[in-house]
This record gives sequence, C-alpha cells and structure tokens, in this order.
Amino acid sequence: MIAVTINGRRADVEPGTTVAAAVMRGQAGFRRSVTGELRGPLCGMGICMECRVTLNGRAQERSCQVLCAEGMEIATDA
Amino acid sequence: MPSTLVIGGGPAGLAAAWAAAQTGDAVTLLDDNPALGGQIWRGEIPARYRRFLDPRITVRTGVQIHSATQLPAADRIILATGTRERFLPFPGWTLPHVLGAGGLQAMVKSGLPIAGKRVVVAGAGPLLLAVGGYLRKRGAKIVLIAEQAPLQRVARFTRSLWREPGKLLQAARLGWGLRYRTDAWPLRADPGSVTIQGHGVLRCDYLACGFGLVTNTELPELLGCKVEGGAVITDSKQRTTVPHIYFAGAGSVDRSILEGQIAGFDLERARALYPARDAAVRFDRRIDETFHLRAELSNLATPDTIVCRCEDVPFSAIWQQRDWRSAKLQTRCGMGPCQGRICGPALEHLCGWPAASVRPPIFPTRLENLLDLRD
Repeated sequence: MIAVTINGRRADVEPGTTVAAAVMRGQAGFRRSVTGELRGPLCGMGICMECRVTLNGRAQERSCQVLCAEGMEIATDA
Repeated sequence: MPSTLVIGGGPAGLAAAWAAAQTGDAVTLLDDNPALGGQIWRGEIPARYRRFLDPRITVRTGVQIHSATQLPAADRIILATGTRERFLPFPGWTLPHVLGAGGLQAMVKSGLPIAGKRVVVAGAGPLLLAVGGYLRKRGAKIVLIAEQAPLQRVARFTRSLWREPGKLLQAARLGWGLRYRTDAWPLRADPGSVTIQGHGVLRCDYLACGFGLVTNTELPELLGCKVEGGAVITDSKQRTTVPHIYFAGAGSVDRSILEGQIAGFDLERARALYPARDAAVRFDRRIDETFHLRAELSNLATPDTIVCRCEDVPFSAIWQQRDWRSAKLQTRCGMGPCQGRICGPALEHLCGWPAASVRPPIFPTRLENLLDLRD
C-alpha cells in the first residue's frame, strides 16, 4: 500500500491508484468553480481540467493523470 | 537509421510504434498518461497485443505536448492522439456525481471502488454497453443503460451483426442481463439521482454519461494537418496532408490497431491491411448512423444551465452569439483551462458551430515551461 495525505488526513491506496481515484474515495467535490459550484472529475483522461488539485504544494495539477506516490500531499479546494 | 516519433500510446499508437520498429526504424513513443494503453486499455494491454511493447521502442509516459517546437526531431511523425467523449449540457450535468461514461470507467480502472454503487449509464453509442458491462463486473449495480437512439435504428443495427458473429457475441456477453433501453436520455440530474426520459427519477450514486466520441484534433491541427468535419484527413497509408506526418486511431479498437499498423509499416506490408481497415471504417460508419444524436438532445439545456464549465457560462449567454469567436470574446466561453475541449463539441451540436482553430500552447502550461521553450 501507498500512504498519501489528503487535506492533512492519511489515506492508504493500492499501487497504481491515481490521485483522482484516491480523492474520490473520500469526497465527491474536488474544487470550486469560478462561481463557487462544487465540481469533481468528468472525463477521467486529462482533458476537462475539473479534477485539479494541489500536489505537494504545486497548484492546478490534473489529479487523474498522476499516480499516488508514497508521502504525497494532496490538497483540494473543496 | 530512420526515426519515427509516435504520439499517443493507445491501441493505434502502440500498433504504430511496433510496426515502425519492425521496419527497422528508431522509434520513440510519447504519451500524456502515466501508463501506456490509452483510455481503453489503461495499462492492462490484452495478452494478444503485448507484442506491441517491443523493447526497441523508447517509451516516455507522462509527457504533455504544448507546442510543435517541443517535439523531438524525427523523419516521420505518427499522431495517435485518440478520442474523447462528447458531453451535452443538461440541468445538473456539472454535479460531482455526473461523470463521463468512459470517464467513470477510467476512474474505476485507476482505483476508484465501485462495488455496491448504483450507477445509471446514459448517452449514445456502444461504449455505454461496454461501460455498463465493465462496471457490473467490478460489483456496481447498473440501474439502467439509457441509449438515446430510437429502438428501430438500434434493432436494425443489431440484426445486421449476424455478419460479424464475434461482435455479436461480445455485445451479448457484455449486455446479458443488463437493463438496456433505447429512446431514453437524461433530462436532469439532481444530487443522488437522475431523471431519464420515459423512466422517471432514478436514484443513483453515479451517472455515467457520454454522447459518442470526438477525435482529439488539436495537435494535428497545430502541426498544420487538414481537419474536416472533426476528422483528420488521411490517405490510404494514413498520411495526413502534411508530408511525413501520419494520423491513426479514430473509432473502434480494431480499426485503431489496423490504422496504427498501416501508418507504421512499409508500404508493402501496410497494403495487405487495407481491406481489413476499410471494413472497420465501414463498420464504424454504421455505428455512427445508428447512434447519431437525436434533435431533442439540443433542447435539454435551460437558460441557466452552464455550458462552459471552466468559465461557468450559462446557455442564455450563448444564445445571442453568432459564432465561436464572438462567444469567446463576449462571454469567455471556451477560454478556460480545457480550452473548449468540453464545450466545443457540445456547442457544435447545440448551435452548429464548427470547432475553433487552435493555437499553442494547446494545453494550459506553466510560465516556467514557456521560459524553457525560449532556449
């Protein structure tokens, strides 16, 4: 198992799990849209940009295109 | 040694890279995703195609291409940038429990548990059945598969499948026991449910919803390849209108593999595959005719339904616009991070606007990357 933190809380996921799948296990919303709507992944393939999160302090990363790695810090804005 | 650069590691790109390696080329394969296999295989490449992973191919995954200047030099480029789903706006389609049909499948393949979840699959095309079958196998409860096409068209298509017993068997295996209904489409989604035409309000944890596939033409267009009606123009050898640039992989997996091999092989070996490829193209045309989108789907969005999810532009703001350009300038529709990849195909259907032209960077990028390009 791989240990990551999602908004400060520890989560253990199987190897090969994307950041998007790891986040979606615990919450539906990933971000707030420009008018404040709660949004989550739509396309699952790196195109729609709805699943953006902050990864290890780097904002606006597409969570569906990144695999979880040991110790990764994931932060969502919703 | 001549060099071939393949962009996209789905079925078409893998087949192309393998075929090019057989001709003795030095092959580099680039892909944006963390693993090869594209959206359909996602790292789980079927045993009969594992030979495509020729050790002579240099593979780089997790690579995003923003501009033409970034591409490594090569004697030949094969573009296999794949397809994406078409989404149509309806009230509630921006809620977090609404995903693409392929979208939810991709999430499950990449680690989202689905066992015990109630899923409604809706939209258009054979992908719905494939997704429903896959999710059921992973333990989901498939409440309904809602296909918008009329029964008559779907029935005619199914009857014609006796000529392709393999495909008929595949469809039967996927769909056996699933509640598949034609003439049904989503009217609105609300938290925890969806309303389907003819089937009322259905409780669900997820709505997996896609209205067919559109080709990712951004990179081919950026490189100057002619694109018409959403398709990259190619000749029988899969050559685009730009010398030394090939395009492969629109439509089904079978067709993509054939197109990839034709693009990658020398002319003699490629020619032997033309009849099979042409048959696959004809089959895809029958699919398009069967599942083309009904007019009612243009009337699902209400004035306050968001059309552009990046900039939260409501449908009412689009009405007064003449074309894409004025919509972009006046409303910021299509100007957000997805750069019109989601709302573009939707508005093509809703307003009849052809896709806008692309310009680099074709994906949002960081300033640090742009500074790198200067060097």
